[in-house]
Amino acid sequence: MSTVAFAAIAILTLAAALAAATLQKLMHAALSFAVMFVGISAFFFLFGAEFVGLVQIFVYIGAVAVLIVFTILLTRHDVGKVRSFNWGGVVVAVAVFGGLVWAISKTKLTSAAPQHVEPITVQRIGELLMTNYVWPLQCVGVLLTAALIGALILVMEEKS
Amino acid sequence: MPTLSMLLVVSAALFCIGLLAALSRRHAIFILIGIEMMLAAANLNFIAFWRFAPQPAQPIGIMVAIFAIAIAAAEAAVGLAMVIAVYRHFRSTNVDQLDRLKG
Repeated sequence: MSTVAFAAIAILTLAAALAAATLQKLMHAALSFAVMFVGISAFFFLFGAEFVGLVQIFVYIGAVAVLIVFTILLTRHDVGKVRSFNWGGVVVAVAVFGGLVWAISKTKLTSAAPQHVEPITVQRIGELLMTNYVWPLQCVGVLLTAALIGALILVMEEKS
Repeated sequence: MPTLSMLLVVSAALFCIGLLAALSRRHAIFILIGIEMMLAAANLNFIAFWRFAPQPAQPIGIMVAIFAIAIAAAEAAVGLAMVIAVYRHFRSTNVDQLDRLKG
């Protein structure tokens, strides 16, 4: 875990996030959004959570980013000349960031380097999902089914 | 060596950029993008606290992050379906124009 890699990934992630939040064209913003998730996955790899990084890439870049691009293509006609930026949001975001940084600097955090752990294997995660976390797993399954059905019902053509 | 507080500051910055996108853009898809960013920042915090914990042998942070990703995916699917439904109704995805419930 070198500081150089950390700084490079942080700059990439934050720049892509800023681009996704401020770019005027929706399609460019969606692509920056995908780049930002590559950066977050790199963080996960850097910190030894390889499986979460892979899941992040599969789910966000493989599914959510594509879903966003499809939605943009289906709804893009009114990318508008309307007032599209609200400076009140900037003020609130900067204030929240200041508060968070203040809280982090005031908190006594461990400054120790992370301990060396043996890598968490996928087998271990699978065993935990089937034993300790079986109820959350079932609930997530029900939730995903409900979300699938709900999304289908929402976009179904209304019979007039 | 990155420390915990550096990672927390990066995560806070990511959260605030997401908040900025959710609050200041008028396009519904941008608001969803901002919400996804905030969820990703929370996931980053889970992994950070797990990694810097005194006993990182128990992969609790990893499990919570996996479940959070699954829930965020469900939220994104339903949210984008709602954007399409709203667009069909109003021919617009500008959230300023969706004020029919306003008194």
